[in-house]
Amino acid sequence: MQTPAIAVSGLRKTFGTHPVLNDVTFEVAPGEIFALLGPNGAGKTTLINILSTLVAPDAGTATVNGFDVGRDPLAVRRSIGLTGQSAAVDEVLTGSENLRMMGRLFGLSRSASAARADELLERFDLVQAARKRAKTYSGGMRRRLDLAISLIVAPSVLFLDEPTTGLDPRSRQELWNVIRSLKEDGRTVFLTTQYLEEADQLADTVAVLNEGHVVASGTPAALKATVGGDVVEVRDRAGNLLLQLPTDGSIHGLRAAIAEVDASGVDGDVTVREPSLDDVFLALTDAGAGHAAPELIGRTAR
Amino acid sequence: MTTLTTQPLPFGAEEATFIRRSLLHSLRDGESMVMAIMLPVITMLMFTFVFGGAIDSSGDYVNYVVPGIVLLCAGFGASSTAVSVAQDMQNGIVDRFRTMPIRASAVLTGHVVASLVRNLLATALVIGVGIAVGFRPQGSLLGWLGALALVALYILAITYLFAAIGLAAGSAEAAASYGFILLFLPYVSSAFVPIQTMPDWMHWIASNQPLTPIIETIRGLLMGTELGNEPLWALGWCVAILAVSIVFGAVMFQRKAGRR
Repeated sequence: MQTPAIAVSGLRKTFGTHPVLNDVTFEVAPGEIFALLGPNGAGKTTLINILSTLVAPDAGTATVNGFDVGRDPLAVRRSIGLTGQSAAVDEVLTGSENLRMMGRLFGLSRSASAARADELLERFDLVQAARKRAKTYSGGMRRRLDLAISLIVAPSVLFLDEPTTGLDPRSRQELWNVIRSLKEDGRTVFLTTQYLEEADQLADTVAVLNEGHVVASGTPAALKATVGGDVVEVRDRAGNLLLQLPTDGSIHGLRAAIAEVDASGVDGDVTVREPSLDDVFLALTDAGAGHAAPELIGRTAR
Repeated sequence: MTTLTTQPLPFGAEEATFIRRSLLHSLRDGESMVMAIMLPVITMLMFTFVFGGAIDSSGDYVNYVVPGIVLLCAGFGASSTAVSVAQDMQNGIVDRFRTMPIRASAVLTGHVVASLVRNLLATALVIGVGIAVGFRPQGSLLGWLGALALVALYILAITYLFAAIGLAAGSAEAAASYGFILLFLPYVSSAFVPIQTMPDWMHWIASNQPLTPIIETIRGLLMGTELGNEPLWALGWCVAILAVSIVFGAVMFQRKAGRR
């Protein structure tokens, strides 16, 4: 059997009295894009920190390319690249200097570092900015430089912690293309995201993390099937949610949902929208409890 | 595509890379550079031309005060290491280094060596300006070398101390504020006025704080005067500060940048 690129089993981590990860188990196959989907505070960054040897778990095991993150951190570090949430580039140095410095630290010769830096600047469309200090870069450029740095020695497993958070739509598209090209290179990509659409666009496998648990995993198609199709919402003039009805996406389901709106006697603006991450959680957890009109939210019209 | 032949890093390769990085940082930090040049020059001019006449009307005050200003500037300059270290911790680059197959703690060595280079240059500048305004040292060549070695040791000790403070501080802004200690500590020593001129209760503090023996030693070595046992105290203080700071720094690095 092929060694999984990442294998996590029974992972637990508590900060103070707050359990951040509570018995997390999953596997990532080599060469796939794996998206860990979850809201803020779900434990996504903690999980990446454990896998990249920054944080020790309280219990459970985690391996990268078969190397245990606790027993053999050096072997793990040789296999991975990490692009963090707060892009960690050296702002005082130029893009080119950043790349050459990292190349040297990875043990490339001076000339190989320079050649590799030029190559990556080219690939990530940073040639124009190569001699400018990273401090002057836009969010998207900085993220691309960050990603380029983590690719210096072509690691087989890449961790991307919310790679597109805070980027404008165009930069997000560009970064998505880059991530797809990483898969074409044969690398395993482990990314975290808050956006269902991102997971849907990129991932072969998605796992949903909520309050330290993996509450669902599978292909994006399978995940969306759990959520259903479009969502019918009724809001009052102030924008408060009065009623929310997930549908299975069919015309029949939509009609049934609208009939239910009628029957409920609720009056307001009706909109139909695509399912969001919130809907995934509504469908997968009891997170909907406590919201407005709980008795109406979370029922699927069929 | 470039063939990516990586070799295991030879001993000291991380340090060499990080020293280069920190020196580049020093060169490019315009404001700190101006501060590093202006502080010694202005302090020197203030003490020799503004206060000097009142303190010692013979005009010989410049020969008394230069060693103190050397120490004030070197110490304050070294304290900026706290800011560099805190910035690295804050912006996440140390975490990035820690996910790489290298000794991440070498990043501190980079800051320490850069501080040493920066502040030895500042020291040369202070002495240069001092000579321009009438400082006439009488020390032997050996005295000069001894004084420079002691200044270097003092810079090293203060740099390590502030590297550790930078690790302990919550932010770069907080780290920056600790430097004021080294801006004021010299005033309660024999740096600017003889201790005998201070009120009695201050004598004990001024005589027994680390800067006084260090300043007295440098003054003695540069001016060729009697040293007594001041050099022993000076060395003892520097080595003690250095040792405590190295341990403090290692503990803080482990706590802030160890596997949590």
